[in-house]
Amino acid sequence: MVLRLGIDVGGTNTDAVILRDREVLAGVKSSTTEDVMSGISAALEAVIAKAGVARDAIDVTMIGTTHFTNAVIERRHLDPVAAIRLGLPATACLPPMVDWPEDLVEMVGGHRYMLRGGYEFDGREIAPLDEDELIRIAGEITDLGIKAAAISSVFSPINRDMEERARDLLLQHCPGLSVVLSSEIGRIGLLERESAAIMNASLLSLSDHTVEAFGRALRESGLNCPFFVTQNDGTLMAADTVRRFPVLTFASGPTNSMRGAAFLTGVKDAIVIDIGGTTTDVGALQHGFPRQAATVVDVGGVRTNFRMPDVFSIGLGGGTIVTGGPDDLTVGPKSVGYRLTTEALCFGGDTLTTTDIAVRAGMAEVGDASKVQSIDPALVDAAKARIAEMLEMAVERSRISPDPIPVIAVGGGSILAPERIGDLDVIRPENFAVANAVGAAIAQISGEVDRIFALEGTTRDQCLSAAETEARETAIAAGARADTLTVIEREDVPLAYLPGNATRIHLKVVGDMGDLNV
Amino acid sequence: MSDFKDKLWHLTEEDIDALEIGSGILGTGGGGNPYIGKLRARQSLREGYRLSILPIEALDDEARVVPLGGIGAPLVSFERLKEGREGLRCLRALEDRLGFKADAVGCEEIGGQNSMEPLITAGYADLPVVDGDGMGRAFPEMQMTTYAIYGHRSTPSVMCDPHGNAVCFEHAISEKWHETMARACVISQGGASVLASAPMSGAFFKRHAIPHSYTQAIGLGRAVMTARAQHDDPIAAICEREGGRHIFSGKISDLKRHFARGFNVGIASIEGLDNCRGSLGEITIQNEFLIFRRDGEMQVCVPDLVVVLDLDTGLPLTTEVLRYGQRIAVLALPCHELLRSAQALEVVGPAAFGYPDLAYRPMTEAV
Repeated sequence: MVLRLGIDVGGTNTDAVILRDREVLAGVKSSTTEDVMSGISAALEAVIAKAGVARDAIDVTMIGTTHFTNAVIERRHLDPVAAIRLGLPATACLPPMVDWPEDLVEMVGGHRYMLRGGYEFDGREIAPLDEDELIRIAGEITDLGIKAAAISSVFSPINRDMEERARDLLLQHCPGLSVVLSSEIGRIGLLERESAAIMNASLLSLSDHTVEAFGRALRESGLNCPFFVTQNDGTLMAADTVRRFPVLTFASGPTNSMRGAAFLTGVKDAIVIDIGGTTTDVGALQHGFPRQAATVVDVGGVRTNFRMPDVFSIGLGGGTIVTGGPDDLTVGPKSVGYRLTTEALCFGGDTLTTTDIAVRAGMAEVGDASKVQSIDPALVDAAKARIAEMLEMAVERSRISPDPIPVIAVGGGSILAPERIGDLDVIRPENFAVANAVGAAIAQISGEVDRIFALEGTTRDQCLSAAETEARETAIAAGARADTLTVIEREDVPLAYLPGNATRIHLKVVGDMGDLNV
Repeated sequence: MSDFKDKLWHLTEEDIDALEIGSGILGTGGGGNPYIGKLRARQSLREGYRLSILPIEALDDEARVVPLGGIGAPLVSFERLKEGREGLRCLRALEDRLGFKADAVGCEEIGGQNSMEPLITAGYADLPVVDGDGMGRAFPEMQMTTYAIYGHRSTPSVMCDPHGNAVCFEHAISEKWHETMARACVISQGGASVLASAPMSGAFFKRHAIPHSYTQAIGLGRAVMTARAQHDDPIAAICEREGGRHIFSGKISDLKRHFARGFNVGIASIEGLDNCRGSLGEITIQNEFLIFRRDGEMQVCVPDLVVVLDLDTGLPLTTEVLRYGQRIAVLALPCHELLRSAQALEVVGPAAFGYPDLAYRPMTEAV
């Protein structure tokens, strides 16, 4: 018997659940607070009390967070970044962030630098690293007061020496600068890997602050069990990894809510809409798992090449601000976020939100209904119509066939969902509001191998099976049950013109977390 | 050359978006990443260059058309991006070498990024690109263009890399030799260069190019975009437009890849899904998707097009983005008749790719 505490820290709400094996003992919802910590403390105190378990009986805590994704989507808490690419004279035609939305480029400062360096596919240097130029850039970084840099070098997933050399040189001239290397984050595909590194760099101070707050909240609540954070493929990573790589959590919210939705309903094929406080994520559930995007995934309008579920996010949630009158109505994309319970009309504030519309329309009972009675019914109708239209568009985009599969509505904001979306029925499971936390609590353990193997004197199949054995052992050591392990990624990329017929093998297995005492 | 200015089709950003999809489909997995090409084309539009297509019928018989395209490994094209003006340097060097002025740029290969390269280069040179190409799809080697098959001698030619290196291939005793020399050279240039071939006459182009391939690719892209917007099946839209067939649906269960002779070669095994459950598909890859077999039996092969799409979105996949577990649809589209003559099949039929025992059977005849 294993007791797991799952916590989901969203932009608006912090949810917590306690699971005993496959049974949801208790689920609670509380507001996300500006300091993050007190919201987590409140949620876990409430859920522990509700479940009636001793806190030292809890075996493990899993935290899912959409904090970093929301920061990018809402363009908030992003630090300016020096985006430094080593590759000239190649790559000059497409500068860093060339395919980013303009406002996001402005947010991170638009500091793009291209200099000589990088590798050819066969290991030759495109050009030696232009150290003088890098030192000049370091001076500019200091003058501008930029605190973070992202370095991307051509073919760094195969050879990261130059990225590392550039980082060391930068740190010499800019002590205290946070530097992210593209080779630590992504794989081949320069623009996508570089974009991920830049976004990661822009999120570092937020992630540092956030992970610190998570840890403190757990300690102060007397929880001494291990603590993990869920990443975008639904598996877990150690807290310190998140501190350095917040982008790896990017799609964990949708993954957790979809896996939670499947777990709570027992429905394996559906469209899941997760309506939070700030955004709605929509994705397709196939055989109980989120459908993976084929190639690249958009986050806040930027392409990245992580393996992620194919979800579509729209700026609609319970805290979304409604402006204008019945004829010139606008819903979002701005949101009051975690300040919903102080700023929304129904909570005594003075901002009109979608939650106020739902309360006025009798779709939900939250806050004080008397405070929204003055909203014009014509405005309510217009807002409801607009919300239904936004949801239908998002659901249609995720639909992959005309089959009438159900829509599962989860998340605190699912009070906004109508009974039907287009021609599809909407299911709202018990514990719908905390599906994310359930998804976090059932997150899996992975084991991964990403290394260069020499094929000389052996075969590709032997190397793949050696890599699989190693990945399985890693996963089992981390707590996975051997009988549940499955391979989710298996990739071998031959590296031409290296001695020994070298090939890079990337293999990942995932499985359920087993008895932690093993 | 007569005045054609009023006949030009100036592409918009939307046309470029459609071309990305359409050329991705016709690329049959190769031809480089069209997304990168699209970004470059869009960037040059935004910088004020005009990307223009000249209807093939409006081409003057005496016009001098310079065919041009990228050459190299797909993996390189989306990691070590181009400097940008490789093509323009090729064109200028060729003009200097031969003492002529180009009237238009020709496309070597409509598939993939190679549909964009001529547009970008022609934009910089303020020339149009003729609405046609040498393959009507993507093929891995230069001698596989209809230009070469029907007698155009592609040397002297010039190949440039991002560093500013330029190589002139003065003379090749055959198109295959030209290909072999260029392939050896592109490795030393870092694996992705641009090559401009000797000019051909407008009369030759009109007779031997695959006609209207830009119109076709952009139209195909638009059809997919429209189907997606209206929640119609994009796969059906593609088949209907091109007279093609959706021949397999499945999940990639193994992927073997290696480099050989500068090519990315491999085999993708596909476990059948839906109405293909219980069957095993297999795609042979050599930069492009060459052959599709179902349970060991050949269903479609070059020069007909083996197209791989994401099963759910209907968007084309290139060979390098295929992954274990991916759900894909395999389509067969018929090639242009210019590729089906005995003369053409010698160069682009299965035997030319190392499958002498495989007899080409046009997919239009198989049911």
